[in-house]
Amino acid sequence: MGYPRVVSTFDDLIAANERVEPRDEMPDAYRATLVRQIAQHAHSEIIGMQPEGNWLTRAPSLRRKAILLAKVQDEAGHGLYLYAAAETLGVSRDELLDALHAGKQKYSSIFNYPTLTWADIGAIGWLVDGAAIVNQVPLCRCSYGPYARAMVRVCKEESFHQRQGFELLHTLSHGTEAQHAMAQDAVDRWWWPSLMMFGPPDDASTHTGQSMAWGIKRFSNDTLRQRFVDMTVPQAEALGLTLPDPELRWNEERSSWDFGEIDFTELFEVVKGNGPCNAQRLAHRVRAHEEGAWVREAASAYAEKRAAREVA
Amino acid sequence: MGDLWEVFVRPKRGLAHVHVGSIHATDAAMALRNARDVYTRRQEGVSLWVVPSAEITASSPDEQDSFFDPAADKAYRHPTFYEVPDGLHI
Ligand SMILES: [Fe+2]
Ligand SMILES: [Fe+2]
Repeated sequence: MGYPRVVSTFDDLIAANERVEPRDEMPDAYRATLVRQIAQHAHSEIIGMQPEGNWLTRAPSLRRKAILLAKVQDEAGHGLYLYAAAETLGVSRDELLDALHAGKQKYSSIFNYPTLTWADIGAIGWLVDGAAIVNQVPLCRCSYGPYARAMVRVCKEESFHQRQGFELLHTLSHGTEAQHAMAQDAVDRWWWPSLMMFGPPDDASTHTGQSMAWGIKRFSNDTLRQRFVDMTVPQAEALGLTLPDPELRWNEERSSWDFGEIDFTELFEVVKGNGPCNAQRLAHRVRAHEEGAWVREAASAYAEKRAAREVA
Repeated sequence: MGDLWEVFVRPKRGLAHVHVGSIHATDAAMALRNARDVYTRRQEGVSLWVVPSAEITASSPDEQDSFFDPAADKAYRHPTFYEVPDGLHI
């Protein structure tokens, strides 16, 4: 060959910060890591519909109900974008759902907490979607093309989620005394679990090093957590609500907020399945899947009948 | 459930359809509806194409060198290959 050959191996692509696409050769471990992460992410979007769906019929106004419906529908969409991204890696959506239903794949532990009051809907939008945005924005530059592209779509939609939550809490916080107390109580319950959404601290995080080398992850758990705290503190002030951490204080040297120690034993308990709603969430998902079986069967039967008629 | 379909959206008139992802459906009509619900909840498109994934023939990444190389040594296909006198707009 008289001219330069441009064969891009996996290592070349990663070194050049280029995207890996579905049909490229890639190490088995890279593929497996992505399947695990994207599936867990997709499952989180789908299970994440439950705590909020819980309040759909009890929204205090038609405006709030329409907003919440749109948000929950978005989360279903996010799950579908992500299952589609996972399927480019050679797994099927059915097998991922089976793994979720059998408890073999996980979803974010944040969805194992209950939504006790209407203010929880605000706290979830503001804090949980807020934390999700901080986690997800760097994933838009993830080395695996289909995952990165799915995250671009997701991130565009998340900012509506966070802002509607903020607005909801702001309204409550500036309402009656009882409404303000309800908003404060929700923030008190959701603050620490939201911080745990970034995962274990860096020195205890098993996958971080390899994921960063592969360009799947761009920042460490603690870096993203700090970014979230720094973003959120001034927002809490604007809401007129207090974050439940007496150790929260501005650190001039670091130009960042110091915060108290996170009780990770709680996170690990929830991950192990001992959170307040683990069993309920999974049972509900399995029931929805089973009760929807007739729709899937009917659609398949209809398609087969039509196809047969076309042949005849 | 159903087969996999690739979804293409024309974001607005004058632009080409762009691949946005895939969906599951048992037939073309359902594929279009699902694609609308999943990929155009905010008026992201004015037209949708759905194509059964199995119907797409793709070039192989393994032969990226041999397949696309014929273009690599044909610099004369580009205008910058040609020398023109300074100061002329050509
Ligand atoms: Fe989402
Ligand atoms: Fe969201």
